[in-house]
Amino acid sequence: MNEVLQGPETRQDIEALLPGETSILQLQRSLRKPRVLLSIFLSLLVTVLTVFALVPLFSVIFMLFYRGGSNLSASNFWSLPPAPFEEGGGFGNALVGTLVMVGVAGLISVPFGILAAVFLAELGPNSRTATVVRFCAKVLSGFPSILAGVFAYGAVVMLMGGFSAWAGGVALSILMLPIVMLTAEEAIRMVPSKMREASIGMGATHTQTVIRILLPTAMPSILTGVMLAIARAAGETAPLLFTALFSNYWVVTNNQLDLHQPTASMAVLIYNFSGVPFENQVQLCWSASLVLVLMVLVVNLAGKSFSVRTPQR
Amino acid sequence: MDTNAPQEIARPPSPFQRFSDRTFRTVSFLFAWLTIVVVFYIVWEIGSNSAPAMQRQGLGFLSGTTWDPNTGEYGILPEIWGTLYSSLLALLIGTVFGVSVAIFLNESYLGGVVYNGLKLVGLHLHPVLGKLPAACETLLKNLVELLAAIPSVVYGLWGIFVVIPMIRGGCNWLHEHMGWFPPFSTPLSGPGMLPASLVLAVMILPTIAAISRDALATVPPKLREASYGLGATRWETLLAVILPTAAGGIFGAVVLAFGRALGETMALAMLIGNANRISVSLFSPGNTLASLLANNFAEAGGDENKVAVLMYAGLVLMAITLIVNMFGALILQRATSGLKGLN
Repeated sequence: MNEVLQGPETRQDIEALLPGETSILQLQRSLRKPRVLLSIFLSLLVTVLTVFALVPLFSVIFMLFYRGGSNLSASNFWSLPPAPFEEGGGFGNALVGTLVMVGVAGLISVPFGILAAVFLAELGPNSRTATVVRFCAKVLSGFPSILAGVFAYGAVVMLMGGFSAWAGGVALSILMLPIVMLTAEEAIRMVPSKMREASIGMGATHTQTVIRILLPTAMPSILTGVMLAIARAAGETAPLLFTALFSNYWVVTNNQLDLHQPTASMAVLIYNFSGVPFENQVQLCWSASLVLVLMVLVVNLAGKSFSVRTPQR
Repeated sequence: MDTNAPQEIARPPSPFQRFSDRTFRTVSFLFAWLTIVVVFYIVWEIGSNSAPAMQRQGLGFLSGTTWDPNTGEYGILPEIWGTLYSSLLALLIGTVFGVSVAIFLNESYLGGVVYNGLKLVGLHLHPVLGKLPAACETLLKNLVELLAAIPSVVYGLWGIFVVIPMIRGGCNWLHEHMGWFPPFSTPLSGPGMLPASLVLAVMILPTIAAISRDALATVPPKLREASYGLGATRWETLLAVILPTAAGGIFGAVVLAFGRALGETMALAMLIGNANRISVSLFSPGNTLASLLANNFAEAGGDENKVAVLMYAGLVLMAITLIVNMFGALILQRATSGLKGLN
């Protein structure tokens, strides 16, 4: 595009074709022209801004490995959080708490989301109900996460009379639901209609078509949605602050999982220890962040890798 | 059992199959409806719990500036101000960077540079290296998406230990030399509006970049080619043709990002300083609705009055974000439907 015509013969040939006084020089891309300079300048500006936009990502990752990685030890994974001047300690109970609450949230939101998505994509895609449900799901997906906590506080904590892992799970499930539902709907829609028609043509009922044909075919993409939802829920702090609260003890007592008590989570541990003046707790806070970010990123990337392998229609 | 017999293949569904089909359809329909019920239940739960506070405080709650649990005097004007101020500031920064990233991705600058680099060494048609430009583009896109994957509490931690120490010197220099200018009128002692907004900008950048990029990508290639054909440079085309055509989508992205910024809690609760004051200074601490809830709810415990007041504040936050989000979704719908005729 920016090749300069230099041979005098070519130039004359072209100038002969140009009307009136126009010179070939006006058609060349010249660095002396302000409009060309402006274009180059703006391209450079956009490049610089993009590089700057990625600086925080690398800065966060660098800090996590620099401050969190240097002090991370295996005992962190099975010890309880330390008291202010205590050495050692870990985030074992928070890790278990996060897994348990994300598990509870997944058990609520995944079946709920997939069943509703089956309706949206297959059973009544153009019905008025579907339009309203889709709108509600979109409203939920833009819902501030702290309000999910406020809701769970009103609906579960006040009802059951105390902070609990249940309340935390319910709050997280509100945030997971729209992600699961909307991605599952999209996934079921992406199943080639030939397969659906073939199944119905063979005499299968709608239910058989959904369960035997549509869901298995759409499964990789549905899993992507589920994984993304899990990654989001695992990193959420705001809905857990006043639903699951925090605890310095294990969620499993006497080999029994007790979901009716305040429960620790990685995110709340990081929040609680980020503002304290005690060096050991701050160190632990960075190590916990590293573990949390790695967990979230691994689940996120694993989820995305599922849908990459989905066969194209 | 009898499936080998040909006449048995073409049988109508058995009663059990018909029953299970109907059950499954009903269950799926009910769960779809349950979504609607959940949304209304959330609104009702927060609304009904805040009713006592609404009766007691009335609309004065929105314009009051004191927050004193001892006297029972509550007002959230400083929080509303802080929410809007920090979000708008973050939006300003996030939009500049986000739209730049969207343009950078959509114009395939990185791919172009890598391709030209390979061409210089004559490897641009190499079976493996030839795929490098596309791979770099994908990598860049994924890196921008990773920004959104990092939990907000980690951004908050990063803000405390990296952003605040980094900007403190510059901010205090600005305050000393340009203190007459209202946004620089107080020194930055630690947490404050600017660090909070900077971190918030990083968090909404991926949203703006992703949706703006979609908007840019839906601009019909015909328009770009026509502009190039008339002799316009790349940026003349961008500024005169592509950005105006995609403006609706980009604006929608900005509004949706605004909705996200309003509801974002943790990074702000950790960085804004939680001071109940209204100030235009960028370096003064403030408070937002979401961080007010985050800081006070756990301790409200048995105090029903305080819970009701906090629920009321939650209701206000919900109203603001719902309006902003619906507005954004509407704009995006308009913007994408308007381009359909052009393709």
